[in-house]
Amino acid sequence: MRSVAVAGIGKTPFGALTAENIRSLAVTASRKALSDAGIEPGQVEAFYLGNFAGPSFVGQNHLAPYIAAETGITGVPCTRFEAACASSGAAFFHAWSAVASGIYDTVLVTGVEKMTSQTTPRVAEILAGAGDTAGEMRAGATFPALFAMIATRHMYEFGTTREHLAAVAVKNHANGALNPDAHLRKRITIEQALAGKPVSTPLTVYDCSLVSDGAAAVVLTSKPGAVRVAGIAQTSDHVALDRKATITTFPAVRAAGEKACRMAGVTPQDIDFAEIHDCFTIAEIIALEDLGFVPKGQGGPFTAAGHTALNGRLPVNTSGGLKSKGHPVGATGVAQICDLVLQMRGQAGERQVERHRRGLAQNLGGSGATCVVTILEAA
Amino acid sequence: MSPGTVYTETTVYSAPEAWVIEAPYQIAIIELDSGGRVTARIRGGAVATGDRVEFIEPAATDSNPVPSFKKASE
Repeated sequence: MRSVAVAGIGKTPFGALTAENIRSLAVTASRKALSDAGIEPGQVEAFYLGNFAGPSFVGQNHLAPYIAAETGITGVPCTRFEAACASSGAAFFHAWSAVASGIYDTVLVTGVEKMTSQTTPRVAEILAGAGDTAGEMRAGATFPALFAMIATRHMYEFGTTREHLAAVAVKNHANGALNPDAHLRKRITIEQALAGKPVSTPLTVYDCSLVSDGAAAVVLTSKPGAVRVAGIAQTSDHVALDRKATITTFPAVRAAGEKACRMAGVTPQDIDFAEIHDCFTIAEIIALEDLGFVPKGQGGPFTAAGHTALNGRLPVNTSGGLKSKGHPVGATGVAQICDLVLQMRGQAGERQVERHRRGLAQNLGGSGATCVVTILEAA
Repeated sequence: MSPGTVYTETTVYSAPEAWVIEAPYQIAIIELDSGGRVTARIRGGAVATGDRVEFIEPAATDSNPVPSFKKASE
């Protein structure tokens, strides 16, 4: 297998970007990544697009060539990947595997979602399609409700508290306030987070990620570069929560983390910083445990003690995470990679961390049915 | 469906379009005595994780009922 480098990154700001459409967002991010890599569109040998629900959100199918051609890429394989909120993580994994195996030398991976043109109940309905629509969703669940049930059980088994959940939100908002491209650049207090409007008990609005528009792109090449993919894995599990043996740990996350670490020849303790899929605050707590950063049940206390803050021993979501940076679902996986690279290049501005040689990104689809873990290393 | 035990639960305030009129309402994953789990609606009073619950037989006229449970009578 060949070594694969991340040669270029590009992102749009995340937010309610009313003047942009799904194609303009994706093309902007793609062009930025190509220009950052010093590559012409004509040199791209394949285009991998991550997008969850463009057909539902904006009524457009056949998105990969639709976006690629406008970027100046024609005549090559252009394919869309859908894996719920891990759509662009999955696109990135398959793009990596094609370059690593020698099929292509240069590929472009872009993730995009345009969500804010729909009403909130309609957005909830579209997102619910990432769950078991004939089972859990028919009983009245929403995505926040699924993660609320996960939180309820985690509290029951391990004594995790509302304060632990709030600590995740406060920390991610503090980081996002320093990110000029974040959707919600606003610091919040523990008291605010605890007093948030209930969405699905025990989760409040401050436990839930944002509905955003945005795109992110990366160029992968077989040429050695400053940042390389040291380890990567994509895993899967049941879609419905009630089909899983346990809901306080995600087997797909554990397996992806273990595989990626083994490939990189590192342990979780060798990771300098991480971007973790905080679609809900409880998801960040469980991922800390499942990725082996802390023992089971310790994700909440570890966060409340400040260990995942910018100046902590393991800075997590220095971008602000899905909670504050925003969560255009199809863009999130590739955006995490862009945020790791920014740190590794020392270009993260006010949120720059000291140790940034090895970063880990964890991208989760649905309530744990797809997981992609990537470990990047600076040369 | 057999009786069971509440594995986890939540009260939904922000409901999907189809259920907005019923919000807030409680849903739960029930661990069935007969084996397996099911996601169901809780009716007739709130339940907590670990509570015993029993199945509510749907009305004969309901052709596609949502599985519903209530707290088991002592």
